[in-house]
Amino acid sequence: MATMNMIQAINSALDVMLDRDPKALIFGEDVGYFGGVFRATDGLAAKYGAKRCFDAPISEGGIIATAIGMGAYGLRPVVEIQFADYILPAYDQLVSEAARLRYRSAGDFWAPITVRTPYGGGIFGGQTHSSSPEAIFTHVTGLKTVIPSTPHDAKGLLIAAIEEDDPVIFLEPKRIYQGPFDGHPERPATPWSQHPASDVPEGYYAIPLGTANVVRAGRAVTVLAYGTMVHVALAAAAETGIDAEVIDLRSLVPLDIDTVTASVRKTGRCVIVHEASRFGGYGAELSALVQEECFYHLQAPIERVTGWDTPYPHAFEWDYFPGPARVGKALKRCVEAET
Amino acid sequence: MLRNSRLSLHIPEPPARPGDRPDFRHLDLRPAGETRRPEPETPAHEMRDMPYALVRVLDEDGQAQGPWARGLPPETLRKGLEAMLLTRAFDDRIFRIHRQGKTSFFMRSTGEEALAVAPSLVLEPGDMCFPTYRNVGFLMARDYPLLDLVNQIFSNARDPLKGRQMPVLYSARDYGFYSVSGNLGSRVGHAVGWAMASAWSGDDRIALAYIGEGTTAEGAVHEALTFASVYHAPAILAISNNQWAISSFQGVAGGEETTFAARALAYGLPGLRVDGNDFLAVHAAVSWAAERARSNLGATLIEFVTLRIAGHSTSDDPTRYRPDDEARAFPLGDPVERLKGHMIALGIWTPEDHEALVAACEERIRAAVKQGESIGTLGVTKPPVGTMFEDVFKTPDWRQIRQRREVEG
Ligand SMILES: Cc1ncc(C[n+]2csc(CCOP(=O)(O)OP(=O)(O)O)c2C)c(N)n1
Repeated sequence: MATMNMIQAINSALDVMLDRDPKALIFGEDVGYFGGVFRATDGLAAKYGAKRCFDAPISEGGIIATAIGMGAYGLRPVVEIQFADYILPAYDQLVSEAARLRYRSAGDFWAPITVRTPYGGGIFGGQTHSSSPEAIFTHVTGLKTVIPSTPHDAKGLLIAAIEEDDPVIFLEPKRIYQGPFDGHPERPATPWSQHPASDVPEGYYAIPLGTANVVRAGRAVTVLAYGTMVHVALAAAAETGIDAEVIDLRSLVPLDIDTVTASVRKTGRCVIVHEASRFGGYGAELSALVQEECFYHLQAPIERVTGWDTPYPHAFEWDYFPGPARVGKALKRCVEAET
Repeated sequence: MLRNSRLSLHIPEPPARPGDRPDFRHLDLRPAGETRRPEPETPAHEMRDMPYALVRVLDEDGQAQGPWARGLPPETLRKGLEAMLLTRAFDDRIFRIHRQGKTSFFMRSTGEEALAVAPSLVLEPGDMCFPTYRNVGFLMARDYPLLDLVNQIFSNARDPLKGRQMPVLYSARDYGFYSVSGNLGSRVGHAVGWAMASAWSGDDRIALAYIGEGTTAEGAVHEALTFASVYHAPAILAISNNQWAISSFQGVAGGEETTFAARALAYGLPGLRVDGNDFLAVHAAVSWAAERARSNLGATLIEFVTLRIAGHSTSDDPTRYRPDDEARAFPLGDPVERLKGHMIALGIWTPEDHEALVAACEERIRAAVKQGESIGTLGVTKPPVGTMFEDVFKTPDWRQIRQRREVEG
């Protein structure tokens, strides 16, 4: 075991996979010699050579397209898109190509690629360095979408993602690269070293995609969250004293539907939180699923706490971010509602 | 016989890394005055040598040389020098202010002032510039209010962009300066479309788009070039080849095998490779391309050879990936020093004049920053919070209306 922050855990996963799988390789903007703008690939080019970890031209469409071609050849590319906001030039490659190659060729070709990309707000990145685009991937059949919330999960999930033979979008909540964030920007930052999930095995381990994690057991209400918002949800539960069961989904596609429904059937109440804007967000899918699967167990309307339906504004970062106060209010409304 | 039994993948490596001596031999320079100047109406296919040459006017002694020397009036030189100095003073001051935690982020254009300032003086009021984050010099040359820049940097209560954008992502329509975004390359097509609209409308306006050499790799840039070529759009596409894209040297963008100016050839466009630190060369090249565009002869691609002296942004530490004395070793020198030397050589400027102008520029910036600070640095004041729901659409729909009510309480 070693103590790692999320960047170190991701770096460790990449290191393990470059070591284990001679066909694994990494490329992306600034990931080679420099080690990435967030340092996720630090030292890998030096350790494994430029051939295994190299800089790509600033062309997200080109990065994903060539990764698909390499994957079809038999390699296992792990590419970095510097910010999730900049993945959009590659969207056609992801939707029309990576997601459908296996299907349209009846299994003749496939795209075993992993696309790592930092997402989410809380770093004063304004509208071009803050967005949470998970829903535009979860809507695409053929793509898997994974979001870790701790160093331990980040490593295990990333290893599982790389081992997947299907394309995986691995969204990294950059606000919690260095430490868990409870949604109180005015408080001093906590480093990961003070959190138990910074205990990370140094070697290989995989966390199967599609397994949610109950991070706080409770009876009053189920909270569905992922990424940074897991920590915000925990803070909201603590601050309101509500006995919430907080579920970290970890993998949005495939979704661990059984863990979700078992919890909501038990609590009879459900609050969904995400940082992405509300309308048509992943929370809408969760809400529909919970309603379909748990309708007769529900004792209150399902609540969604999300970012607003605007781009992420620079000066209003903390007005936009769905912090513990807003989550707490929804928890209260939900547990106090009577049918 | 060429066939190898085994292939190997070529991965570009820069000529120098930290600890190495800076190496700019790949630049393929030539003396000022040597490169020919075809008449602006020359057909593109008769200028296929130009992307491999280098348009330079100022020689080592500050003298203007060759056919691209057009004898600019002293007022233009003074204006250009002042805008470059103002840009530099602004960059230095805001960089320090960021260190004090008064804003979230900043990007400097140190060493690249000429390529933003000179074109600003060439373009006419109805024209439109589609800038990058490194082109604030364009606004400085047009006397954009310094306080508005500072307020944008602070996202404060008087921020003209209402606190929505990260620092330096300005927008100034009245000054011919299109909205900047963080996304690379995505506005080159807008510039071409804007220029097409001017031609379509029978106007005489032209568009100028900037990108970095790293950004030439984006698909959007190639799409824009195709449209520029097909429709003879009255546009100028300027590539600032400042040698680095964050940590990636220009070879990662495809600069090892050819010049960026030579991208023009495949589209049948004229391409000029220009000394980007030579105010006179930049001015002459953009004037040439503007004349072509206004004569309905279509678009020109220009590569400005320059150097990013500062780090990429306040988030960057360039000592991790490049030699730290590149600025001193760069063979094209410093644009401010070179224009100053030229003006002194012409006898229209003295070192004392220069010192006084530097001091005056610094004072103007200092005063603007002070005024901006009194309005509020980041987080101290903001526009009213409800305004974050405005401008999503021209008229908000029920979502913004309800959410605004919730936030305003
Ligand atoms: C579409 C997109 N991809 C990636 C980035 C991240 N990024 C910001 S600036 C930059 C380097 C740009 O280099 P270049 O075009 O050479 O311009 P320079 O910064 O050198 O002026 C990168 C990769 C981005 N902003 N947008």
